[in-house]
Amino acid sequence: MTDNASPWNERARFELARFERPSAISFLGYALGLVVIFWCLAGVGFSVEKVASAPPRFADFAARAFPPNLDPQVLSRLGWKMVETLQIAFAGAVIGVILSVPVALLAAKGLIAGPWVNQIVRTGLSFIRAVPDIAWALVFVVAVGLGPFAGMLAIVIDTIGFCGRFFADDMEATDKGPAESLTATGARKLDVVACATIPGSLPAFISTSLFALEKAVRSSTILGLVGAGGIGIELKVGFDLFDYPTAMTVILMIAVVVIGIELVSGWARTKIIGEQR
Amino acid sequence: MRDTLSSTISSVTDLLLKRQAAPDVLTEQTGAAFAPVSPVEIEARAVSKTFGATPIFSDVSFRLARGEATALVGANGTGKSTLLRCLMGLIPTSTGSVHLLGQQTDEATGRQMRNMRAQVGLVSQKHNLVPRLSVLSNVLHGLLGKHPGIRHWSHSLAPQSSRETAIQALERVGLADFAHRRADRLSGGQSQRVAIARAIVGAPKILFADEPCASLDPSAGEDVMELFFRLVRDENVTVVFTSHNIEHALKYGDRVLGLAQGRIQLDATAASLSSADLRGLYD
Ligand SMILES: Nc1ncnc2c1ncn2[C@@H]1O[C@H](COP(=O)(O)OP(=O)(O)O)[C@@H](O)[C@H]1O
Ligand SMILES: [Mg+2]
Repeated sequence: MTDNASPWNERARFELARFERPSAISFLGYALGLVVIFWCLAGVGFSVEKVASAPPRFADFAARAFPPNLDPQVLSRLGWKMVETLQIAFAGAVIGVILSVPVALLAAKGLIAGPWVNQIVRTGLSFIRAVPDIAWALVFVVAVGLGPFAGMLAIVIDTIGFCGRFFADDMEATDKGPAESLTATGARKLDVVACATIPGSLPAFISTSLFALEKAVRSSTILGLVGAGGIGIELKVGFDLFDYPTAMTVILMIAVVVIGIELVSGWARTKIIGEQR
Repeated sequence: MRDTLSSTISSVTDLLLKRQAAPDVLTEQTGAAFAPVSPVEIEARAVSKTFGATPIFSDVSFRLARGEATALVGANGTGKSTLLRCLMGLIPTSTGSVHLLGQQTDEATGRQMRNMRAQVGLVSQKHNLVPRLSVLSNVLHGLLGKHPGIRHWSHSLAPQSSRETAIQALERVGLADFAHRRADRLSGGQSQRVAIARAIVGAPKILFADEPCASLDPSAGEDVMELFFRLVRDENVTVVFTSHNIEHALKYGDRVLGLAQGRIQLDATAASLSSADLRGLYD
């Protein structure tokens, strides 16, 4: 006890704090992590030669793709495809967000449903998220046929998986005070949720919904690869026909639109929520 | 630490002795021996509460009569808010039972509980208004116990009679002009007055107030306490309020319950106490 107070030991304590010796368990963890990484690299057939030969081949693609196809007729066709893409994204995101609210009410702990229902709904939402959007698109193409309607349904489901979960988290994190005050005066659960919980979570809902919209726009650009509508089909056709300039135009259009949506949604988020805090 | 503890214990024993000498609080309230004792509206029977393995309080028993204002005092973290929540049935008691308006809360069905609570109002330390809604909508929410359903969610949907009731409640707290302002555009004192309007709009029989002025500066807090008790005093409303402020407890309470070390250590009429008596409870 007493030697601990000596300056030397004080010193030693500070030195120790800087480098912590890993425990046997964490050492094993690191080693295992390294093994797994090498195993994965082997699995993907990682090859230095291919990496080395990629730049020339990429340069070849770039040379054949540039300049992008700016033929007005092609541009107008692609532009309309992009409009359809955004229609899929907006319709799907809006319907998905609306349907997410009741789903989230069932998923949120201590709101209107018991723990069993919470768990079942949350598991369902995990499943929805676990299935990739492109796989949902394939399922809906089978269900309702080729075209943008299948794509929209895929976006709806994808949005419910995302917003259902995060709306529920948002509501669980809202200030419980207003809800308690209303419960104390005999309000029903549904009324408490409608009057206190949902208005209290609204800024978080808006923020989450804008993220969902960004995600929907990104997804909708590739749904065409499986025939679920939107500009993705043009990308596939461009590559299939070795029409690289047109494919390049599509890629650039997607990039511009996705970046544009992210900018607009970021601006809207600060505009709507920043002002309300 | 030891000093304050022993002084607490000695002042508490003083008070307990004093209390035994005093006649029963309920009959003393009514004055004449023949007058009927006011009906008991809140009764706690050997209530205890533990959170996990942590005991908060135990063996809490009292009966509060109609029209009585009871101050619940005690240091920070002794469980005053928790006790209020148990009384309102917002959280279950660990043992013992609570009877509110003649009904045992843990045996009531959901509907009975809501009907009971429709006669109860709550004002908390934080005003707990819904920030993005109008003042009027917030006050209308105080009627949800009596009128469930979408028409009382917002001032735009509310029936005219309820709007008038809510405006009247706002008039009584002096904020009728603010009815359409957003609740998060009010000062702290104004917010707390709106919270009071929301609590009284349904003409409750019982009002609970959990440190209603603790989040306000002293002069705004004084105004809020004055207003609150002016509104409830003439209406024969039963009030239970917690307070940090010894002067408030003595000034506004008819009766003082002191919570310390997980027990009710003090139960006496405010008139029989001095602020020195109470100080020990806060150490
Ligand atoms: N939901 C809860 N879960 C666990 N502990 C709690 C909970 N609510 C309150 N407590 C604890 O109970 C004690 C009493 O809290 P509270 O009733 O708020 O005291 P007071 O209102 O007298 O200041 C505190 O120690 C607090 O940490
Ligand atoms: Mg408290």
